[in-house]
Amino acid sequence: MDGIIDFFDLNLFKAVLRMATPLVFAAMGGLLSERSGIMNIALEGLMLSGAFAAVVGTYYLHNPWWGLLVALIVGGLTALIHAFWSIGLRSDQIVTGTAINLLAAGTTVFLIQRIWAQSGRTPTVQKLPDVAAQVNVLVPIAFLCVPIVYFFLKSSKLGLRVMACGEHPQAAESVGINVSLLRYGMVMMSGVFAAAAGAFLTIGSLGLFTRDMTAGRGFIALAAVIFGNWMPFGTLAACILFAGAQAFQIQAQTKGIGISADLLLALPYVLTIIAIAGVVRGSRAPAGLGQHPTPN
Amino acid sequence: MGTGWASQHNAAWRSTAVTVGTSILAVTIALLAGAVFIAVSGHDPIESYRALWNGAFGSRRAVGETLAASVPYIFGGLSFAIAYRAGMFNIGIEGQMVMGGLAAGLFAGWDLGLPAVVYVPTSMALALLAGGLWGSIAGVLKAATGAHEVITTIMLNYLAFRLLSFTVLETDKHLPVDPQLQATHMAPPEARLPIILSGTRLHAGLIVGILAAILLWYLLFRTTFGYNVRTVGLSRGAAAYAGIRWGSTVVAAMFVSGGMAGLGGGSETIGLLGQQYNSPQGYGFTSIAVGLVGRNHPIGVIAAALVFGVLRSGSNAMQNQVGTSREIVLVLQGLVILAIAGLAASGRIKAWWARRRRTTMPTDEFSNTIGVEPGVTPEL
Repeated sequence: MDGIIDFFDLNLFKAVLRMATPLVFAAMGGLLSERSGIMNIALEGLMLSGAFAAVVGTYYLHNPWWGLLVALIVGGLTALIHAFWSIGLRSDQIVTGTAINLLAAGTTVFLIQRIWAQSGRTPTVQKLPDVAAQVNVLVPIAFLCVPIVYFFLKSSKLGLRVMACGEHPQAAESVGINVSLLRYGMVMMSGVFAAAAGAFLTIGSLGLFTRDMTAGRGFIALAAVIFGNWMPFGTLAACILFAGAQAFQIQAQTKGIGISADLLLALPYVLTIIAIAGVVRGSRAPAGLGQHPTPN
Repeated sequence: MGTGWASQHNAAWRSTAVTVGTSILAVTIALLAGAVFIAVSGHDPIESYRALWNGAFGSRRAVGETLAASVPYIFGGLSFAIAYRAGMFNIGIEGQMVMGGLAAGLFAGWDLGLPAVVYVPTSMALALLAGGLWGSIAGVLKAATGAHEVITTIMLNYLAFRLLSFTVLETDKHLPVDPQLQATHMAPPEARLPIILSGTRLHAGLIVGILAAILLWYLLFRTTFGYNVRTVGLSRGAAAYAGIRWGSTVVAAMFVSGGMAGLGGGSETIGLLGQQYNSPQGYGFTSIAVGLVGRNHPIGVIAAALVFGVLRSGSNAMQNQVGTSREIVLVLQGLVILAIAGLAASGRIKAWWARRRRTTMPTDEFSNTIGVEPGVTPEL
């Protein structure tokens, strides 16, 4: 019994929080984009560009807060590419998202080589402060974003309009809502949130950028949105589940408990597939996801 | 004159020319944008591209490497193409390649002492089966529950990576794996795809890939199944009206798609490397670009795969000689996808503009604009 109490210590709790943080940020961004009706598999690339921009900003401006600001701006602008192609040109949103991911993966490593003549990793830069031992200031901010997004969507006029765009863009357009404008805004916000997620990985945690350091977290965040049924708190729970499995596995290894790390890590993916397949309640996407307000 | 078969024939050729032209234009735009990118970052774009070209074709060895680099892209592009034709966006190519590579790697790693004529085809068949089954999971989920394949295939990718890791880290010696090296055992020579250009690493996977492309072309354009796949992909409603069963067609298309990816994984494992390591190869996303540039046509895919093979194999030489980071290749892939998507939009905008001006468009012109849509060619 001592073993079990030992296992669930404060470190495990903090590890879950740390690992959930980038997922929560990115998932809140993905949620806004999807709720407005634009599919966003570009989260991975947006996060990567934010992670990199945070290091570049901090490096040149000598202050991680400025670095964070640079990251948020770069994330928003990168998302603008996705928005223009998806909304303006009405390209396939998955195709565009894939392009963003490839662009971000290439550009970041390319620029590391260019700026520091190093391959694959940047020098270490100053990090954002911790609010408690091993809890970066971005951790509580991430969790605070969840109720903010919740009340934005449920209670603000703008948020309700965003949801109208996602549910029925034609109807929204017919009552005078500028669907395209709102969608541009939400996709750019998804870039801002994803960049915050990326910035946490660099200036909130590791202190430097390495190639492909997001390692699929953008995709996991998207899965969390869907697992969470496109609801902010449901998405939060899904993020904690994904982070929990990861933290649990690391804890199990440090404590020398013989559970296969791979099987443990596979669990959230299996659960997500089950959730998407609709076995758990009626998982339902915004009805107007991927649709445009007017033909052509 | 000008009516009947001859004009239809002409129209078909014209739309093919437009389709091919669009891809060439997209690649050109991407290369030009890439040149600007290189120039802005302080390198000489012409020097960079020249070094890339020489790196890809400068010697017999270089040509072998370039062709070998194209092989996984051929399979990946075919995988993307057939799924896209059925209206499915297969983002799970990476995972399906892992499953194929693992199946072939384990079977070959067992060193069963079979003759090469039996061992190699069996290994490849297992790779096809493993990838195909993995792909059809997404098909079944889509058909049975409507679960979006983009999400299910992403999840299946991570599951495949975990399964790969779990397998090669197995320590009980039930499986032909080396947990220290984190790989399957090295395949014996009689289980390897033979080298087809001596002095290089170019293996028979290239021939398998070209044969697969021809077979897939036949399947898509000369069989009822292919007709069903294309109809389902163009319009689910029309398919239902024509009495085509949507669900089973989607599952079958995803099996073939996953099978192609599986073959790609298998050919890397028993062709290029000889064993499956505990790391996905990373061809999945590039395969999407290959499929799109190849206009989801099997023959177009081969051409596109060669282009991406050239970029990949030449990029190392470029980095070594001129100092331009080889990651420019990823940037070019992203740019080419954006260019293809943008050109598709230009066709739509033209059609919209024409309707707005209330001018009647010749049917030919209109079919051209449709021909610019990714994945949708007018020849049904």
